[in-house]
Amino acid sequence: MSLAGRLEGEEAKASSPSSRLGKTVTLGPGLAYLAVMLGAPLALIVGYSFLTRGSFGGVVMEPTLDAWGKLANPIFFDVVAGSIKIASIATVLALAIGYPAAWVIAGLPAKWKTVALVAVVLPFWSNFLIRTYAWIVLLNNEGLINRVLRGWGLIDEPLGMLYTEGAIVVGLVYIYLPLMILPLYSSIERLDPALREAAFDLGASPRRTFRRVLLPLTLPGIMAGSIFVFVPSLGNFVVPELLGGGQEIMIGNLVRDQFFKARDLPFGSVLALCVIALMLVLLFIQATVLRRTRETHG
Amino acid sequence: MAELWRRTPLWMAYAFLYIPIVVLFGMSFNASGLPTVWGGFTTSWYGELFSNDDILGGARTTLLVAVGSTIVATILGTLLAVGLERYNRSRVVDAAVMAPAIFPDIVMAFSLLAFYTLIGFTLGRVSVMASHVIFNLAFVASIVRTRLHNFDRSVEEAALDLGASELRTFWRITLPIISPGIVAGALLAFTLSIDEFVIAFFTNGPAHPTLPVVIYSMVRFGVTPEVNALAVVLIGLSFTVIFVAQRLGGVKELFT
Repeated sequence: MSLAGRLEGEEAKASSPSSRLGKTVTLGPGLAYLAVMLGAPLALIVGYSFLTRGSFGGVVMEPTLDAWGKLANPIFFDVVAGSIKIASIATVLALAIGYPAAWVIAGLPAKWKTVALVAVVLPFWSNFLIRTYAWIVLLNNEGLINRVLRGWGLIDEPLGMLYTEGAIVVGLVYIYLPLMILPLYSSIERLDPALREAAFDLGASPRRTFRRVLLPLTLPGIMAGSIFVFVPSLGNFVVPELLGGGQEIMIGNLVRDQFFKARDLPFGSVLALCVIALMLVLLFIQATVLRRTRETHG
Repeated sequence: MAELWRRTPLWMAYAFLYIPIVVLFGMSFNASGLPTVWGGFTTSWYGELFSNDDILGGARTTLLVAVGSTIVATILGTLLAVGLERYNRSRVVDAAVMAPAIFPDIVMAFSLLAFYTLIGFTLGRVSVMASHVIFNLAFVASIVRTRLHNFDRSVEEAALDLGASELRTFWRITLPIISPGIVAGALLAFTLSIDEFVIAFFTNGPAHPTLPVVIYSMVRFGVTPEVNALAVVLIGLSFTVIFVAQRLGGVKELFT
């Protein structure tokens, strides 16, 4: 069918009564479900964040900015800042491991690419508690790594690796690495090999080629992968608890405790909204960067 | 040789991803229950799984929740995919449907629990199921949509031209063509639901914890040999389901 015909067809369809019925039947139930189950709860916590905390865990209908004010409290501010730091380190590490790996996959013969990608994604689809737990097994003082190092005589005392910030970072990188590699792969895959050769032919060093040509072109993948790692890392409370020793280290732990321990719904709502706000900022940066890249590189 | 050398980064990534899983696998057959002392081969940890009431109860709850949320999400998600691909031109609607897929689980969990508490919705298997539908339908919609996007619509037009009604055309032509996508979406939804922890932890109430919630309470207290066996069973299950879904097509497109 020609393009014109197709457009006319769509026009005709879009305005016919049967298509309006089709639209309602197909989109209606799902959108209604999302409105009630995602929209309403979100609106609710926005509202809660401006209300007064009730004495028994609920809220009192008195508008206040108290909950937002708590963010300025150094104890909570440090947790938020600390979470951003840990999530950033995890993102950078995942990028450092993921970028070269994605590069190699993109260069594999076609028949191996799918296999290599499935092998990357598979761990992601298994229970993340169990994947976190595996690191307790590896990192604890009687764990595999310490035993091996001691067996080789490299250390006398076990290294206290578990229950450190480093352990949290390793756990987060481990869990979310596949989410970094996939978008990186797809943007590297799309690169025209001729571009790389052209840059070399014109006398650019590999480093310069990478920085001036390849890096900007794979920026969409870098941005997407970084968001996929950063956002869930930020809100994760299981990894800090299991590998970080159960202290209140990250926003996720705080959010959970506002419900189950402190019974402070307004402040919990504020923290949850902070996670959303950070995500939106990243999505906005991503959109801006993508638009710029498109403008410069056509 | 140079070829192999250049692939080192990928092998290192695989080592990082798979060594912990291999260690769990080895430990699950280790009679000593310790990671570094080989006490002989045993399958007794697997036996203990099946006599642990918490684990069995959790498995039952998880299965119920996963089957229920998969059925609802597959129906709603498939309809959404058709609607988005055929009738929708609004980017806002597009974004709204995909939002739950990238939405931070902790925020969804917290706001849902606040919402359920407010409207007095009893926490239990139904509330977890209803919550899992939210993100599951986004994944189903996305996979089915890819399938819809890639098929030749002239087949549909032919059916319409030959006098079949729109509904009949959908039922007899469109649905069979996109069915592998629907099955792949359903399998993915099922796996996501089985493994989901954060939202279940918030919304499942005290009576019927899902399996991940049971696992959480076990692993908080350190290394236990039964968890190793359970890990192997669950990882094996997820791998099988995802492998089948991948063969049917579409799973990798989700993130790329």
